[in-house]
Amino acid sequence: MEFEILGNKDTRSGFGEGLAELGRTNPNVVALCADLTGSLKMDAFQKEQPERFFQAGIAEANMIGLAAGMTIGGKIPYTGTFANFSTGRVYDQIRQSVAYSQKNVKICASHAGLTLGEDGATHQILEDIGMMRMLPNMTVIVPADFNQTKQATIAIAEHNGPVYLRFGRPVMPIFVKPDAKFVIGKADVLTEGTDVTIIACGHLVWKSIEALAILKEKGISAELINMHTIKPLDAAAILKSVSKTGCVVTAEEHMMNGGLGEAVSQVLSRELPCPQEYVAVNDSFGESGTPMELMTKYGIDTQDVVNAAMKAIARKG
Amino acid sequence: MENSALEKVASQVRRDIVRMVSAVNSGHPGGSLGCADFLSFLYFEQMNFNAESFSMDGIGEDLFFLSNGHISPVWYSVLARAGYFPVAELGTFRKLSSRLQGHPSTDKKLPGIRMASGSLGQGLSVAAGAAQVKKLNGDNGIVYTLHGDGELQEGQIWEAAMYAAANNVDNLIATIDYNGRQIDGDVEDVLSLGNLAQKWQAFGWEVLEMDGHNFADIREKMTTAKSMCGKGKPVVIIMKTEMGQGVDYMMGSHKWHGVAPNPEQLSAALAQLEESLGDY
Repeated sequence: MEFEILGNKDTRSGFGEGLAELGRTNPNVVALCADLTGSLKMDAFQKEQPERFFQAGIAEANMIGLAAGMTIGGKIPYTGTFANFSTGRVYDQIRQSVAYSQKNVKICASHAGLTLGEDGATHQILEDIGMMRMLPNMTVIVPADFNQTKQATIAIAEHNGPVYLRFGRPVMPIFVKPDAKFVIGKADVLTEGTDVTIIACGHLVWKSIEALAILKEKGISAELINMHTIKPLDAAAILKSVSKTGCVVTAEEHMMNGGLGEAVSQVLSRELPCPQEYVAVNDSFGESGTPMELMTKYGIDTQDVVNAAMKAIARKG
Repeated sequence: MENSALEKVASQVRRDIVRMVSAVNSGHPGGSLGCADFLSFLYFEQMNFNAESFSMDGIGEDLFFLSNGHISPVWYSVLARAGYFPVAELGTFRKLSSRLQGHPSTDKKLPGIRMASGSLGQGLSVAAGAAQVKKLNGDNGIVYTLHGDGELQEGQIWEAAMYAAANNVDNLIATIDYNGRQIDGDVEDVLSLGNLAQKWQAFGWEVLEMDGHNFADIREKMTTAKSMCGKGKPVVIIMKTEMGQGVDYMMGSHKWHGVAPNPEQLSAALAQLEESLGDY
């Protein structure tokens, strides 16, 4: 159960590297940004492929419409802005011009969740996974670290259809191997265990890895699944694991309403009812603070995963 | 095409419109009738397209996006009459499982439609994106759009207007159905557009004004608009129309924006419109 830390980087930089690589390898990939090129790490693509980079300015609704139109003629548009402005601000544009119209647009969203930090609640969206997974035709991906974000960025170009790709700002440990293959909809089982299944996405995968060590000291054998694809959800992986462990913890940097936990509970309530505990933000906006302070205050930190695991196991009776 | 031939197309399109909406007692006849002449001209004279083998990408073709999707009856009729799909299918409009949804959609794969519309204000952005990709692909096709005047109250239109001018999207011709009416009343009363021509000029567009019910004027202005393409600016045509044009009791009011005629009203309407190409 040892995880080798391969380095420390932000997931948004994984997106930037993946996009730059796509620029060199796939002539159909175009990119659009709403005045956040530096924050999204889209500079390399912009510099190397100036004719395929479109600066939309601070006009996100127009950017989504432009991207939808750019699919007509065979391009694969990647839009980049903060998660808040990638979803809530443009929900109707995504709904009609992208999801309903089945356009091959990749909506790439940085600074998701609380770990955007000091900017505070106006920018800390915690509802985006819910909004995006409610849309028919939409694929929702929340990669766990720098390497996986880069791999996912490249992989979604090969998927014909709308994708929401969510990543973040803080520097976090890298543990996914640089040569790992990213398969949409296929969960990564990181550790095998027998007492509890922990299903996590995004930054909470690392927090859950930290929790594994604490649980091990308590003599608890936890199975950890990196559920990088929220939709389509790998139900087979969930059922296989939970049928062995008998209880589950879901962990995400998102509102409890509408998130990964709810998606998992939809599978389990129908197929395999069992105790489930949620590590997620409970019906609350965030606030200013450092990313790690916020994760602690809002109950999505390492210790919260540990506590949830203990509680789920206790509820097995 | 001779003006008399275009008039025959438009008359049949108007018959299709009132029959379609009356059959399901729903839909939007007013704006549809007002744009029958323009869309007939666009598809029977102006645009270059391949109706027999529709392709989503439309490489080498001119493209059209209907941004005010609620006037779908006129578009469906013109698409069918132009050969995109059998005219008999017009009889399925707004019925369960039809490809002719209340507002245009792509999910039922109706040939001729490349983008869903209905929620207003999105079509200009889409068209600007498609136009930029035509340039990227070295494709000389022109991208056309149609918008309601009430639709211009949506902020996204002006985001797109600013973008298209700033980026020299000069293979884009937008047309405004300037009938002065919207659901709640006259545009002037609901939310005035102010000086519309000056607004577009200030945003950096070439602006033309056109009589949407005069084929000679439509031809002249559309030819001018096309000649303006490739010269650095997008083009907008403010097209004066009458909501309900061709059916006397629907004209001069906003009341037929989204109301279908009953059987007696339908008969009265059809009596005013020549069955020039054969009813579906």
